[in-house]
Amino acid sequence: MSFRTPLSTARGLGSAKHGVGHWLSERVAAVALVPLVIWGAYSVILLAQLDYYGAVEWIGNPVNATLMILTIAISFMHMSAGVRVIVEDYIYGHLTKAAALLLNLFICGLAGALAIMSILKVALGGA
Amino acid sequence: MVQLRLPKNSVPKGGKHFPAPPGATKVKTFKVYRYDPDSGMNPSWDTYDVDLSKCGPMVLDVLIHIKNDIDPTLTFRRSCREGICGSCAMNIAGRNTLACIHGHEECPGDKISISPLPHMPVVKDLVPDLTLFYAQYASVEPWLKTETPEPQKEWRQSPEDREKLDGLYECILCACCSTSCPSYWWNQEKYLGPAALLHAYRWIIDSRDEATGARLDDVEDPFKLYRCHTIMNCAQVCPKGLNPAKAIAEIKKMLVDRVV
Repeated sequence: MSFRTPLSTARGLGSAKHGVGHWLSERVAAVALVPLVIWGAYSVILLAQLDYYGAVEWIGNPVNATLMILTIAISFMHMSAGVRVIVEDYIYGHLTKAAALLLNLFICGLAGALAIMSILKVALGGA
Repeated sequence: MVQLRLPKNSVPKGGKHFPAPPGATKVKTFKVYRYDPDSGMNPSWDTYDVDLSKCGPMVLDVLIHIKNDIDPTLTFRRSCREGICGSCAMNIAGRNTLACIHGHEECPGDKISISPLPHMPVVKDLVPDLTLFYAQYASVEPWLKTETPEPQKEWRQSPEDREKLDGLYECILCACCSTSCPSYWWNQEKYLGPAALLHAYRWIIDSRDEATGARLDDVEDPFKLYRCHTIMNCAQVCPKGLNPAKAIAEIKKMLVDRVV
């Protein structure tokens, strides 16, 4: 039971005065992923034709390694932003929502960091 | 909030059937959502076999015929019967629209279902509780805000600037758009909804208004504005042919213009 007026309910806690940054970064990431994913698909086809040493040498090329790291990093950032919107849309309980948002951030962060570290390891000659 | 199933006391159960009078020639069945909070019973679907030769071409004509001649207990809002007041907004054959300008022959199928606007509390039968919807409209402060001393005559506006209000000022606040929007269904306590945002934009874009920045501040919020995921149901159902999704997109573009 609450005696809040309808206007008070509609105003809620007021405007957070942010959101454009998140919205813009989602779009920028999406645009950046268009050429990167095309390059990624081309690279996968190329790598399939190479043997182990050929693949290591290919990743050792600074341009390939950089583009690969960018593809991975931006993909995980984009995924994290997308999942965050889904969580905000559908999950309501304060604790559940906080847990889901943290889990999303940690999983995307960990998976992205692991992938980048693996690329660096191969690229810098550790394989 | 997201509910995949209706609460137990909201699940429609049973319903009465009202057969067509003997001698009826052109019969169509209307399945109407009924709910009476005073009865303590669940809602139900009543079916009416209506003789269409006895009523006009619009769904509102059918409802008025049902109320006058078949079942006087049926409750619904109506006023202007020409699509300008927005009172008779309801869900007809699965689509939000105004009963007064929606012809029953436009509805597909033999049985036409009529229910209140979706995902709103029901006051009775086809009457939804739009209190929050109106409060959200009020929250965008839909009036001219100025600090410059009022001119002797009127606030002047060029024809080009006036044209920017076309497609916005025509909104009649029938709530068809907001109640067709899944984002509004799931987060109506925090998301302003297409109608309120269309009106917010109507004042943001008004060349005479001096509170543009403050208005943009007030809507820049992950929930108030950014729950719009351009699903476009609002533009699909608007009985006035407006495009709230475009107005929302314009607000988002203006917010980008502020930072880029």
